[in-house]
Amino acid sequence: MIEHLFITIGDYFIFLRKVFSKPDKWSVFFKKLVFEMDAMGIGSMLIVSIVSIGIGSVITTQTAMQIESSWVPTWTVGFITRTSIVMEVCPTIISLLLVGNLGSRITAEIGSMRVTEQIDALEVMGINSASHLVLPKIVATLIVNPVLIIFSILFALVGSYFTVAITGCVSTYDFLDGLTSFFRVYDVVYAIVKTFIFGFVMSSVASFYGYKIDGGALELGMANTQGIVVSSFIILILNVLVTQIML
Amino acid sequence: MIVLNNISKYFGDKQVLFDINTMFEEGKVNLIIGRSGSGKTVLMKCLVGLLSPEEGVVLYNNRDFHHMGAAEQHLLRAEMGMVFQGSALFDSMTIQENVGFPLDMFTEMSDNEKLDRVNFCLERVDLHNVNKLYPAELSGGMKKRAAIARAIACNPKYLFCDEPNSGLDPKTSLVIDELITDITHEFGITTVVNTHDLNSVITIGETISFIYEGHLAWRGNKDNVLTSDSKELNDFIYAQPLTQRIRQSL
Repeated sequence: MIEHLFITIGDYFIFLRKVFSKPDKWSVFFKKLVFEMDAMGIGSMLIVSIVSIGIGSVITTQTAMQIESSWVPTWTVGFITRTSIVMEVCPTIISLLLVGNLGSRITAEIGSMRVTEQIDALEVMGINSASHLVLPKIVATLIVNPVLIIFSILFALVGSYFTVAITGCVSTYDFLDGLTSFFRVYDVVYAIVKTFIFGFVMSSVASFYGYKIDGGALELGMANTQGIVVSSFIILILNVLVTQIML
Repeated sequence: MIVLNNISKYFGDKQVLFDINTMFEEGKVNLIIGRSGSGKTVLMKCLVGLLSPEEGVVLYNNRDFHHMGAAEQHLLRAEMGMVFQGSALFDSMTIQENVGFPLDMFTEMSDNEKLDRVNFCLERVDLHNVNKLYPAELSGGMKKRAAIARAIACNPKYLFCDEPNSGLDPKTSLVIDELITDITHEFGITTVVNTHDLNSVITIGETISFIYEGHLAWRGNKDNVLTSDSKELNDFIYAQPLTQRIRQSL
């Protein structure tokens, strides 16, 4: 078990070394990068926006319910909602959502290429298949993930505002007052650093599990599950570490 | 010419190739034949560098493939084309993009030059009006022909075909065999074909290496394959009732 873990970690870093080598042709790399950014960014926007609006709405309602006391000023609902959304909920929860969405897509795509010998075809041509297939995906994720999370934060804040406006749990004036109080740019920097790290983990781990498949459809399904579970686990551990380091 | 000297391959403790010595001649269709699981595909993977043999050398015109530098190996790989058993066309690309892919990667041709070359290769394998189609929209035989078109796009010196007739009907198999032979002779390519298709064996095999349980059990050509005195080869060739009848008539 422990031996297998160390072998897998070793294989992962050998894989990364192969991925981070100079692309065989830059023009092909940039073409693939644009394609991946489009597929990942535009393709995930709808699900990210729907989930974010829902998250924003629920956080606001629950926060308002918890601090229903005359001793606590009502603007704190907006303040707590914003802080939760910016610092934790959107960067972490949406990243975990993207692991299921983008990560499984990456594992399935690369894994099916392995199973159908398309990766072998690249290798026979003398192309570094890991770099050719995976590098554009990792770079695209590093660019797209922070953008998606920023949009997610905006959608969540919009969702929370409309919840306040519709339910009247606190006045919109107090809510906006709390939302804009004690704002620190560092909170956003912290959120973006997290999403950057989570994006790298998601795309590289998902690619690794797809790339190393040996077998057929059954192994492809197993690799997909493993990719999602391992990425999520690493993201949760790194979330704790990054929070301890940065806050 | 490709020469194999003392090739042995292991997977863990299990040895799958035993001291293989054979050669594949320039400008000819060279077959590797044998039963399923005999080691043909492993041998071909050792030939093209997808696997490394534990013992022995693979010589391309006296150049040791597995022990040359990365840059030299890269150049040699650019001279190879390969047709895989399942065609291995890239699903996300159209046929035009598939055939043009090696040109994108290895040449500095303009878009028009690439399109001309792609159309030439597709015409050569008798595929028409498929440029904008995706591999999933083609039949098995058309996929194989598209894979051959991709393999010859960069004018390879060496063409490798792994079970090119698997899953095809007898008539389409004949077309593929004929195409491989014509292309080999027309462009002077050293072609190596992995097959267990008996029709291919007796019609296109200018040299034949018979692999039996990981050993090279016989070497010859299409003219003497039916009259060999190798028991293992005869068991393979005359396994079916149809071929047994042919044997009786010989």
